[in-house]
Amino acid sequence: MAEVVVDGVVYKVNPDNNMLQECLSQGLDLPYFCWHPCMGSVGACRQCAVKQYRDADDKDGVLVMACMTPATDGTIISIEDPQAKDMREKVIESLMISHPHDCPVCEEGGECHLQDMTLMSGHNYRRYDKKKITHRNQYLGPFINHEMNRCITCYRCVRFYDDYAGGTDLAAQASHHHTYFGRYEEGVLESEFSGNLVEVCPTGVFTDKAFSENYTRKWDLQVAPSVCTGCSVGCNTTPGERYGSLRRIVNRYNSEINGYFICDRGRFGFDYVNSEDRIKVPLTLNGTGMEAVSDEELQAAIESYRGADVIGIASPRASNESNFALRSLVGHENFYSGISDSEHEATQLILSLARDTVFNFPSVREIEKADAILVVGEDITNIAPRIALALRQSVKNKAKELAEGCNIPTWQDAAVKELAQHDRSPLAILSSFTTRLDDVASDVLIDSPSALPGIASAIAYKISDKAPSVNSNENANSRIADQLVSAKRPLVIAGSSAGNIGLIQAAANIARALNDKRGEPIDLCLVVPEVNTIGMSMLVNGTNSLGVALNKLQSGAATKVIVLENDLYRHASSTEVDAALDKANGVLVIDQMPTRTTAKASTLLPSTSFSEHEATYVNYEGRAQLSFQVHRSHTSALPAWSWLSEQQREDIDVLINRCAEEAPNFNKLDNLLPDLNEFVASMKIPRQSHRYSGRTAMKANLNVHEPKQPVDDQSVMSFSMEGIPVTSDTPVLGAAWAPAWNSNQSISKFQEEVNGELKQGHIGELLIERNESGDYLDVTTPKVSDSGLQLSIAYQIFGSDELSAKSSRIQQRMTDAYVAISPSDAQSLGLNQGDEVSLDSNQHVAVACIRSKIKEGTAALYCGDNDIDRHALGATIALTKITDANLSRGIKGLIVSDLYEEGC
Amino acid sequence: MVTKPLTKNIDMSRPPLDINAYEANDGYQSIKAIAAGLSPGDVLQVVKDSGLKGRGGAGFPTGLKWSFVPQGDNAPKQKYFVVNADEMEPGTFKDRLLMEGDPHLLLEGMILGSYTIQASVAYIFLRGEYKASENTLRQAISEAYDKGYLGKNILNTGFDLDIILHTSAGRYICGEETALLNALEGKRANPRAKPPFPQVSGLWGKPTIVNNVETVCNLPGILTYGVDWYHGLTEGIDHGTKLFGISGRVKTPGCWELPLGVTIREVIEKYGGGMREGYGLRAFLPGGGSTDFMLPEHLDLPFDYDEIAKVGSRLATGTMILLDDKTCPVGMIGNLMKFFAHESCGFCTPCRDGLPWVDEIFNEFESGRGSEKDLQILHEHVDYLGPGRTFCALAPGATAPLGSGLRIFAEDFHRHIKEKRCPYKH
Repeated sequence: MAEVVVDGVVYKVNPDNNMLQECLSQGLDLPYFCWHPCMGSVGACRQCAVKQYRDADDKDGVLVMACMTPATDGTIISIEDPQAKDMREKVIESLMISHPHDCPVCEEGGECHLQDMTLMSGHNYRRYDKKKITHRNQYLGPFINHEMNRCITCYRCVRFYDDYAGGTDLAAQASHHHTYFGRYEEGVLESEFSGNLVEVCPTGVFTDKAFSENYTRKWDLQVAPSVCTGCSVGCNTTPGERYGSLRRIVNRYNSEINGYFICDRGRFGFDYVNSEDRIKVPLTLNGTGMEAVSDEELQAAIESYRGADVIGIASPRASNESNFALRSLVGHENFYSGISDSEHEATQLILSLARDTVFNFPSVREIEKADAILVVGEDITNIAPRIALALRQSVKNKAKELAEGCNIPTWQDAAVKELAQHDRSPLAILSSFTTRLDDVASDVLIDSPSALPGIASAIAYKISDKAPSVNSNENANSRIADQLVSAKRPLVIAGSSAGNIGLIQAAANIARALNDKRGEPIDLCLVVPEVNTIGMSMLVNGTNSLGVALNKLQSGAATKVIVLENDLYRHASSTEVDAALDKANGVLVIDQMPTRTTAKASTLLPSTSFSEHEATYVNYEGRAQLSFQVHRSHTSALPAWSWLSEQQREDIDVLINRCAEEAPNFNKLDNLLPDLNEFVASMKIPRQSHRYSGRTAMKANLNVHEPKQPVDDQSVMSFSMEGIPVTSDTPVLGAAWAPAWNSNQSISKFQEEVNGELKQGHIGELLIERNESGDYLDVTTPKVSDSGLQLSIAYQIFGSDELSAKSSRIQQRMTDAYVAISPSDAQSLGLNQGDEVSLDSNQHVAVACIRSKIKEGTAALYCGDNDIDRHALGATIALTKITDANLSRGIKGLIVSDLYEEGC
Repeated sequence: MVTKPLTKNIDMSRPPLDINAYEANDGYQSIKAIAAGLSPGDVLQVVKDSGLKGRGGAGFPTGLKWSFVPQGDNAPKQKYFVVNADEMEPGTFKDRLLMEGDPHLLLEGMILGSYTIQASVAYIFLRGEYKASENTLRQAISEAYDKGYLGKNILNTGFDLDIILHTSAGRYICGEETALLNALEGKRANPRAKPPFPQVSGLWGKPTIVNNVETVCNLPGILTYGVDWYHGLTEGIDHGTKLFGISGRVKTPGCWELPLGVTIREVIEKYGGGMREGYGLRAFLPGGGSTDFMLPEHLDLPFDYDEIAKVGSRLATGTMILLDDKTCPVGMIGNLMKFFAHESCGFCTPCRDGLPWVDEIFNEFESGRGSEKDLQILHEHVDYLGPGRTFCALAPGATAPLGSGLRIFAEDFHRHIKEKRCPYKH
């Protein structure tokens, strides 16, 4: 700790930081633009000018930028110095010269950092009376609006997009006061993290296009702390609702997981919630059609699903509570996994590794600390995008190490980058095709799915000869092995998405071999596809796979089935599912949107979506998190658990407590519930801001009397403006806001220190205890036949997740199902880029996607929302060109780096 | 005794000396001295002893700058020596004379500098418009390779050096050494934060020395004729000769090599031939567009770094711009402001958004619409764009003629406002 003096007050601060960060950590107000807590300092905007004094006798001082001044012991600065204040006011005046002052029609208004900083700096009268600079705006795709005239040239957008997120298609162009931030030509922003520009931009240059089209002010949104359901990372989000529709999602800071950034799937993949296609009322089969029923008939229909012959099929996208309620209803022995058998086996293996003392399943923040990484067969960007963004930071640890060696503070962002140039921490990727992280990888080994487990096993053996011995390509492997062994914090990544359990086994062996060498728990990150794959699998008996359930139905051992929020056709072949469901005596399906499975229901119950209920989910690392209800459903939809509970309106707290008591490993789940004793005068936490407007007027077209606000007796939050003010120490942080800080930058007022944990905690609970000691695993190699192309499954951030793929914005970025093949295989099959092909000559069609960096003899199939029956396909696949499928989207807009072009 | 080490070979009526003729006039002697056993440490000591100060404008001691380059086993192996030949300071054309007139002198200096810091690659970052310099330098580099002064194992010393001539795409800011490095790396020519200084983390993150052309051209003489000779060139505080230039209404504008410490009057009257008939000297910028105005009362001051600093200006490039009594000072300053506003890289706020405002105000003055409010804003910008406020020295440089001009020519500004026109226009 160092002691610094700010305006005569002594503060104890961290000398490794700069003065701006430390001033903010101390709760002081000092305006800034270009500095960002995650991106460090570059000194561009000159907004954080302060007076620095050499010592106590120095009365003159010099102006310095707080963001560029190290917080070393004895530093003396003044924020209140008149010259410093004058400088800050003048900087704003300059920035505002060409700013259009269009706040009333600007989407950023009310949460604009520029507005806040303008007020904070004291600038209020416009003296500039010359011509303004104007710019042309660009079309940047379906996610982001571009309004360059509002730009104040802080360079944050390109520093995030290019330097932080690895984008290549957004740049600072031109110079002096014509500096322009955009693409070299109009077009869709390619980065999977482009949506963060909305929050990184301090004003309204980059705004949320979806939100703009159905706009409401930030203060009029009803919000609650939520968890993204787009993948297994479990990023924290703040969804906002107005007039009964979900309007937008923004990042919610979580020091252990997503920090300040989320991916575009999480930000833009939500409006299925507002979809007209939602299942709105309970329906039962009457003759050939579904029809609405009376409450009594419905109750009777539901009652009929009790008894020993009823089985339940769980869901990886349903909450712990819904899965647990189903398990309670049908009994543990009749409760079956809702994922494919191969994924079930892989997930059960992951759970056993999660209990093993030699591994640590790292959080996203821990992943960012890794300085040597091996990715075994996962396309992280498309499976767990936020982790890919974290890996882009991990490879910069080398730069930080070099900087420390040269006495350059690591917050000196540009200097660190210039010093290290292309020197990165090693990231090795084993894959069947090139991935979006290849540009920062030190080694990319592309081989067939059947060869990858062997290559990975060879690395394990190279690290420790206690690992099972194998023969494989020695040279490349020893380099990767050495990098992992000599790293300060090595990390091995694998997962279940590839459907290749050998990859997980081999990855675990590598981590175990590293543990043999180093004796400390090794970071092993095993990702799974869906938000609650882990939670669901923790509730399911290892032997209760989906295949067993379907067999039971087909054989008549079970006669009725309850399918919880699950399209079974995504997890098993249509032959198997059809056979099982057609045989069943009753099929009760609970879901939000129509699927092929809901079409088979004899009773169909509507369930609420993620923003309409309170729920807990368990992420890839075994971290349980609580997601609050944002708004009420205006249909008859109920939380799925509610349909399944004995008392239909059981309190969710009771269910969570029961789950914690009854389900092994869930005993810490109830820690997530806010402690009611901490609440002041038993007030609730308002979902609406203190500035929420129009409550009297918004329903005046129906009734001029202001309706009573709905009471939420289920939650510690209320559908109201009244309650514990956000500035008090509330135990749950709704939307962050502090006086003078209306933008998302107000979060620093709620952190223990900048980049630190929230004062409310909020980081969730790691459920799984590590108390087992395992051993090296035998590595399974996929069996493949010689004919056809070896099949692997490809994923896309926009399209592979079932629900987000039903969102209008995501739809605009989706391609049709494609099958990626190498140029030479395309040539021998007579296929051209974009040709339509049938898979194994059945009715399923995909588009040929010829990629220059995919292993010859293999094919990577992406299914999208084209209802490909992928579980009917074998380990190899035959492709036949067809001409009459007329897929509408094709692969236009697919963003991969190695799309093959003739003559390349 | 050689008295004009920089220009002794220069005769602009003929092409520059080829390598043989250059060698015949003591050329590449210093490289032969290296081959005879002069160590990098020896060269560094000689350069330190010489007291040579950087001729690019800042006047930082060259030997001291070099000594910051980390040496030894723990230091990065790769180092770079970069010559800043992006000569774009308004009124400045001295480096051009050296490169067009005697390119081998520059190359010899570069070999010396590179050897001293043990850089195996040296760059010349050349202003894009200097086509003639490009041609003479390319020819000279090729000759130097043929003679073994460049390439592998130079004169059997074991020292390797490649010189790469890079022609700039052209921005004034590339003359700022760290912006130059970014440009050389193919990035936007924005200056870098200092510290770290280029000597520690420069081109491609490696230790790098950036020196001005004229600075480098001083080195061969110092090494060949010795420190005592070098000190004997001048009588004042600063050592060595300097190229001085004049643009403006003198009888014979041009560029001359003179010992430091020569009086300003001597340069203007003896070499510039005095003011043209009918024109009087109103004021002058002593060292290019980013220096403070000086007045006729300062003519007897010597051209020494410290002497010029005492009256609030800078020797800088030593190439004067003269303002005569028939030219509007407001128009002259406005012209400079337009240049600086246009050449801002756009990185930091005061420079990017402040200078265009200043420029706009000068446009108003020029067209007779200047106001007291505008004048007030100009005065404010002198502070606002000053040192410490901005990221680099571009905007503070622009405030030198602006600040001094507002003070000296206050009456002219007021006449523009009062008469609603430029009083110098007829």
